[in-house]
Amino acid sequence: MGLPVAIIGSGNIGTDLMFKIERSPTLDLVALIGIDPESDGLARARDRGHLAASNGIDWVREHPEAVRMVFDATSAYVHVRHAKVLAELGIRAIDLTPAARGPKVIPSVNLMDHLDAPNVNMVTCGGQATTPMVAAVSRVTRVPYAEMVSTVASLSAGPGTRQNIDEFTKTTAKALEEIGGAEIGKAIIILNPAEPPILMRNTVFCALPDGTDHEAVLDSVRAMAADVAKYVPGYRLKQPPVIEAGPFHTPGGVVPHRIVVLLEVEGAGDYLPPFAGNLDIMTAAAVRVGEAIAAHQEVPA
Amino acid sequence: MTAVVEGTPTVQRDFRLIDSTLRDGSHAISHQYTVDQVVAVVKGLDAAGVQVIEVAHGDGLGGSSFNYGFSAVDELELVAAAVQATTNAQIACLMLPGIGVVDDLKRVRDLGVGVARIAVHCTEADITEQHIKAAKDLGMEAIGFLMMAHMNTPEGLLAQARLLQSYGADTVYIADSAGALTTNEVRARVAEIVGGIDVPLGVHAHQNLSLAVANSIAAYEEGARNLDGTSAGLGAGAGNCPTEILAAVCEKNGIVSGVDPLALMDVAEEVTRPLMSRQQVVDRAGLLLGYAGVYGSFLLHAQRAAERYGVSQAEILLELGRRKVVGGQEDMIIDVAVELARKHAEAEGAAS
Repeated sequence: MGLPVAIIGSGNIGTDLMFKIERSPTLDLVALIGIDPESDGLARARDRGHLAASNGIDWVREHPEAVRMVFDATSAYVHVRHAKVLAELGIRAIDLTPAARGPKVIPSVNLMDHLDAPNVNMVTCGGQATTPMVAAVSRVTRVPYAEMVSTVASLSAGPGTRQNIDEFTKTTAKALEEIGGAEIGKAIIILNPAEPPILMRNTVFCALPDGTDHEAVLDSVRAMAADVAKYVPGYRLKQPPVIEAGPFHTPGGVVPHRIVVLLEVEGAGDYLPPFAGNLDIMTAAAVRVGEAIAAHQEVPA
Repeated sequence: MTAVVEGTPTVQRDFRLIDSTLRDGSHAISHQYTVDQVVAVVKGLDAAGVQVIEVAHGDGLGGSSFNYGFSAVDELELVAAAVQATTNAQIACLMLPGIGVVDDLKRVRDLGVGVARIAVHCTEADITEQHIKAAKDLGMEAIGFLMMAHMNTPEGLLAQARLLQSYGADTVYIADSAGALTTNEVRARVAEIVGGIDVPLGVHAHQNLSLAVANSIAAYEEGARNLDGTSAGLGAGAGNCPTEILAAVCEKNGIVSGVDPLALMDVAEEVTRPLMSRQQVVDRAGLLLGYAGVYGSFLLHAQRAAERYGVSQAEILLELGRRKVVGGQEDMIIDVAVELARKHAEAEGAAS
């Protein structure tokens, strides 16, 4: 028996997450909960033999003993309300919105740091893709300024994402600082409507101060890409990372060089087709965190 | 000496001119505006009767970055200087959701900015709701600005314009950010949208196909009542619609612009041209942007990447066109340059 969990939110992310939890050896999906009984996500859940409730957080209120962990894939504003309810019920919350009520977790960087937190935040899809690269640089050298640009296919950005663009950029920028180790972080998101849809692209720029060991930075970036690919198989360096000569007048000061890391994330094609790597990186990271928390709880006190 | 038209609301005008020398023009000088330059441009334009002057990083508020280039002077300092320097003209700011945030609007509102232009790719209007509503709540005029208008149909643009209107936009703009639209294509788009929305429409033209003035006049004839331009055409790609030329053509066509062509010619010659780092011409790269439908501000970034990686700027721009990249994806210029350099190296290796 795995840990009984529910997903709340039957949009793109919640539905994709359903497929991934099904494959987890340590998490048992009890229900996919939405608010629209007609939603595609709930129909998929029914088809796959899961309980599909359409009364939102009320379902959890009515069944407080049924689940020990809830993955929230609604939206930032909605999660603020849910976080309170789940805390009162003593149910672990893994927040896949940019609400950021609890500590932020990026599995390849700080997976083991918040295993006892009642609510953990998965940052954003772009944050999951790019924070590891900033951390890879900052474990070698000081990073006075880091910046990420995330481009996702329009089709893969649902209404929640679209109404929360500011939350995306702010939460992601904070993750680059708090978890990535940059002194100043900046995040940019672009939606691209091209047909056929583009694969999710992420670019990371880090300011490299004078005296940085460039080979050590490049090695660290390559090693980190391999670490992330362990839980997000479609994660890869699109081009070899490059170091460009400036000078660059960054908000963190003038630096002689910058590293540019060009990333691509191909999805597993569970719910949306493989272009939607932004869904995969969030849901795969969330499952990784859920599994780590489940394993941690099994350890006798 | 030139006559000065008073820029007061009592002046009869057939359309409203929004000058973007200090925003779109920022691309052409790699965002290196100084306070003195901003003050000189604002004073000149204001005296010539321009009603709205836009000031910001070329990629809008918050655009100063590795990806788009760092501003030499904090844009808030430039905006504050512009507000101080103007007598009649309103100061506007542009922002792109995903790059700037609502907090940026609040900061410029506090400085005295009255007009917020919320810019978005022409198929993604629904990401602007937060920002248009915030601008309205702050008491600003909100202009919804649909970029890369060549990448959507007239009907598609109308649907997007209606979304902007539904969020509270006071005016809707379509921007030919790649300078890729022909005059007939502009006419079709303007005619379709004007008939389907209740708020005024504006058009922002670029010069890559040498059609900026002609397209602006055509847009006016089809019912657009806001037109964008920049002094001496300073702007992304081959540049914008030059306001001094637009004003001159309007006068000859009997269209009342409310701005003084001679005064604008003086500003272009004496203030703007001296600060330009390159002539604003339709060279091969500029034309290629319009031909391939590539975002105008990619021009100088592609030039730098071409030099850095030893590949051709034209090759980079054509590949970006094939990939259908949109405004803001400047990182893809590096991606393409690195890839081209690698392919060339491989081809040479295979040949030797």
